[in-house]
Amino acid sequence: MILRTLFILTLLLSVAACSPIKPWVKPYERQKIADQIMSFERDPIADSYLHHVYDAREAARGGDGASGGGCGCN
Amino acid sequence: MAHREAVVAVINRFLFLALMLTSALLQAAVLPDERIDVLYHGYDGGGAEIKGPSILVRKNLGASVSVAANYYVDMVSSASIDVEATASPYTEERKENGISGQYLIDRSTISLGYTRSKESDYDALTYTFGINQSFFGDLTTLGFGVSFGEDVVGQNTDPTYERNLERRKYSVNASQILTKNLLASLSFDSGSDQCLNLTQDQSCLNNPYRSVRYLSGTGGYLYQSELYPQTRNSDALGVRAIYYLPYRASLRLEARQFSDSWGIESDNVELRYLHPYREQWLIEVKYRIYEQTGADFYSDLFPYRDAQNFLARDKELSPFSSTTFGLGVTYKVPAGVIPWFEKSTANLYWDRFDIDYDDFRDARVSSTDYAAGEEPLYSLQADVIRFYLSFWF
Repeated sequence: MILRTLFILTLLLSVAACSPIKPWVKPYERQKIADQIMSFERDPIADSYLHHVYDAREAARGGDGASGGGCGCN
Repeated sequence: MAHREAVVAVINRFLFLALMLTSALLQAAVLPDERIDVLYHGYDGGGAEIKGPSILVRKNLGASVSVAANYYVDMVSSASIDVEATASPYTEERKENGISGQYLIDRSTISLGYTRSKESDYDALTYTFGINQSFFGDLTTLGFGVSFGEDVVGQNTDPTYERNLERRKYSVNASQILTKNLLASLSFDSGSDQCLNLTQDQSCLNNPYRSVRYLSGTGGYLYQSELYPQTRNSDALGVRAIYYLPYRASLRLEARQFSDSWGIESDNVELRYLHPYREQWLIEVKYRIYEQTGADFYSDLFPYRDAQNFLARDKELSPFSSTTFGLGVTYKVPAGVIPWFEKSTANLYWDRFDIDYDDFRDARVSSTDYAAGEEPLYSLQADVIRFYLSFWF
């Protein structure tokens, strides 16, 4: 299921790569994107701790954009 | 089950939308902010209390190098359902130290990291390496990462017990500015855990203290040790997007699918709303749904002793669903109040976990009131607190 989704993504990316891409959001149009409320990881120390809680309580791991260490959570 | 199908359908729709958007292919390569964070964390639920401090310091060396050091402590006091059923309450401490560095070259960032975690019966070393590159006028960032871990699993009651575990993880990330108001990110991780130098009837992946229960043949049940496979491979695909609303606030959606070689499949979706209030405040509200199927070799009650090659009764490997509701507030301290720092914040975040297990029964009840396998299903509620101060310099 996951690999199938990834394959579709790769295929779509390959198709997109065939046409020239120009930046469609100019640097001067990025003031909202640069706002702190648009950050995926605003406070790394707090996000990292919550990922640790999820990893300890759930079987799933990864896919969250974070790099994990060993925690002895077994 | 209908609930689970609804969640899967939402995730599939979200993933498909994200894939379509991303196919047309986050920000420029820059060093992270120089800052100090001091965190107090607390977890209270299911009979376990875990609390402690964490400190993160991040500093630039010149214009191209950023280094960070992290210190983290878990102080555990546990009388959880596993402990109450088959062992005695215990206290222990886990300490984690990490250092990492980032090197900026033009539009690329190379990162290296090292983390060591140590407790009385578990040592873990993790090495990480990653590279990020931005493209298309910094609209797109692609990243690759690998991490390698070496763990030593011990057992407090047996000083000769030592199991070696090798962990590997490979990651691919893509972040994209889609519009003036919308950011998206896609992450794929593939991980593997492998026990080293063990005989067939040993594993390093199960908790050496945990037991499974099986029917005794006389109406009751008995316990025997867990035994897991010696390898575990897993894949996870996650999509995140943040949208800047027509007024100054943001909505963040996150979805993830996970599967592993033990037969576990899981999905989760999270919605987060972030709202600034005046100049000084940020208020966050969050709701997350998580569901998973159980491992192939999991059972709450096996029919007899040694019923199969692998045996598990870890509730984290059982089928369950959970919800998390979170509230948080950040206060930006007015400039000049705290000298030496450009900006300072005080933050308080609270998350409430509600976990309902579909096939994990509360074996602490009296055997005269409940027949084996008829005990009430277990559920767990936990409160997680994060209080931290952040200083930018």
